Amino acid sequence: MTAIPGVGVRGFFLPTQAGSVCSEAAYRFMFTPMNRRKFFQTAGALAAAWPVGGTGQQSAEARVVLATAEGVRNRNRSVLSAPLQRLLDSAMESYFQVKAGQAWKSLVRPNDVVGLKVNTLAGRGLSTHPELVEAVCERLQEAGVAANRIVIWDRLNRDLERAGYKICTSGPSPRCYGNDVCGYTQQVYEFGAAASRISRLVVETCTVLINLPILKDHGIVGASAGLKNFFGAIDNPNKYHDATGDPYVADVNRLDPIRRKHRLTICDALTAQYEGGPPFMAQWSWPMNSLLVSADLPALDRIGWELIDEKRQQMKLPTLKQAGREPRYILTAADARHGLGIADRERIRLIRCTL
Amino acid sequence: MSKKQEMATRRQFIRQTGCCLCALAWPARADVPLFEARYYEKLPHRKIRCSLCPRRCVIDDLERGYCGVRENRGGVYYSLVYGQVVSAHIDPIEKKPLFHFLPSARAFSIATAGCNVFCKFCQNWEISQSRPEQIPATFLPPPQVVRLAKDKSCPVIAYTYNEPVIFTEYMYDIAVQGRSLGVRSVMISNGYIEPQPMRDLCKVLHAVKIDLKAFSERFYKELVSGQLRPVLDTLVLLREENMWTEIVYLVIPGQNDDRKELTGMCRWIAAELGPEVPVHFTRFHPMYRLANVPATPLATLTMARKIGLDAGLHYVYTGNLPGDEGENTYCPNCHKQVIHRFGYTILENRIQNGRCPDCRALLAGVWE
Repeated sequence: MTAIPGVGVRGFFLPTQAGSVCSEAAYRFMFTPMNRRKFFQTAGALAAAWPVGGTGQQSAEARVVLATAEGVRNRNRSVLSAPLQRLLDSAMESYFQVKAGQAWKSLVRPNDVVGLKVNTLAGRGLSTHPELVEAVCERLQEAGVAANRIVIWDRLNRDLERAGYKICTSGPSPRCYGNDVCGYTQQVYEFGAAASRISRLVVETCTVLINLPILKDHGIVGASAGLKNFFGAIDNPNKYHDATGDPYVADVNRLDPIRRKHRLTICDALTAQYEGGPPFMAQWSWPMNSLLVSADLPALDRIGWELIDEKRQQMKLPTLKQAGREPRYILTAADARHGLGIADRERIRLIRCTL
Repeated sequence: MSKKQEMATRRQFIRQTGCCLCALAWPARADVPLFEARYYEKLPHRKIRCSLCPRRCVIDDLERGYCGVRENRGGVYYSLVYGQVVSAHIDPIEKKPLFHFLPSARAFSIATAGCNVFCKFCQNWEISQSRPEQIPATFLPPPQVVRLAKDKSCPVIAYTYNEPVIFTEYMYDIAVQGRSLGVRSVMISNGYIEPQPMRDLCKVLHAVKIDLKAFSERFYKELVSGQLRPVLDTLVLLREENMWTEIVYLVIPGQNDDRKELTGMCRWIAAELGPEVPVHFTRFHPMYRLANVPATPLATLTMARKIGLDAGLHYVYTGNLPGDEGENTYCPNCHKQVIHRFGYTILENRIQNGRCPDCRALLAGVWE
């Protein structure tokens, strides 16, 4: 069993202390009835999968799952719900090394309010697929989270609607709305070069964030996946695009409410884009039919960057570095100051699974 | 004060602040109206390049520029703040500060959301660092702004509080309307603007105040998220255009109060802009992201003023120090006091036809 740096005395003796995702996991171990075998299964899976969540300490290795299913689309290239659900389950099982249902239960408690941060700026062509969000919502409900304690969100209602989501602010079904509905905190949160007001949904409503970005090229910051997606949580992302977003993207992810509440990133790479982003450009997108899963944001983004570069080389385009927009913010996010995870490719284990 | 006088004051107060309250009471907007921007070029794949400020942001479809108030929609660049006033107030012109432009004139002052820099010490960050949809605003088209200014007996409209460069189209249109009705326009700006839009504005504005935030690129990079060079270029351009210009320098302890830096700046102003440009060294108070930095000591401001005078500048002031002798205007020829101020209030103005009443020396400024 891999050791979990950062989960130790503090995690178990101060289980509710803010600032450590591990302590909350430990809390669940202590107060959820389970037999010994189940305990060791779950603890082992979490130990293997869970990063330290930006506590400044880093584990030896990060894991990223790349799950692919060619059969996830029909002949019209539309995404099919059932195969997508299987793909999601497979990705979760590969990452957590337990049954999917168990993995979800290890992520959330019934009394959590779970925010699903989607990416919808680019419209239907290149946004988080509603089918994927639906699959996640289903699994969360199976894990005990009531539908109306799930919030699908992004910056603007307008963007969500353009991407195929229906705005919902009340009733029994999952909520879905933009920051323009709930507004931003009065308080300015600061880390490094970042000083932002954060969506009240992140700070006041949600207890857990599950990040559902997309994988795409970005004309300014190079590549956009998990880390960049949290620009949608702040009021002033326009201030942070200088110098290919370095160190701003890393700094924003280090803002306390975001860092503390982020649990897992499931990157929608069903359709990805290797050039011309962030808007959707059909000529530069391709059906990758994949999901990337990791709780380690820099590790997931590092793999995403690699995949975009592979595709760019295949299409005879210069790499992002050669194009002058190497996403160095990913490396910065993993440095000692930010401690958000691992970006050293040698220390990232890429687990491929194909359905 | 008699009851009659008290009533009059109250009425006057209500009149003056009516428009301000009106703006504050306006509900937040779900969306904001669009107005096509004037300074940009179209690029392939629905991108645009903004040519309003030195950032020259390249902006993808549905993205915004650094200022947060200009958005690319389908390859067309729009201003989201045209006519969207988030703050309106009547201030004495001395508050801008403009000390050599229509002393004690009432300035109808307006602002929108947004800014093209990101100063860690911004006094108005709640509006300048917000996007238009985050702040309640009222729609005031240019003719209405001019009409309000006239109704409130304001001979001047000031574009202030946030950075007016980012609402340049609105400012320009108001200034044109104002000119036709005898209301003058002054821009209170960071000077972070490209030459062409600034030259266009010079055709309609009457005075400009520039915040020269420091005289080092390091400061501009670390505390402003901008560059010094374009601001200096703007100052030179204003000189070329014969625009009445005053400079404000907020002195922040430990950041831009170095004697050498101040000396270099004052010498540059004297050489490149001329000694008659008024320079205001103002006191910093802990604010926004520099809340842990102490207020500027009085001695530092006095030192800065002395440096300016030693460099040959004729009009050097201290600001945010009510009652200090550095608030007053002195004749550069006979050194006698010609305007006595306390804060934003003029206690005595002895200037006659733009001249010193004692030695008849011409005093630089727009006095009437």
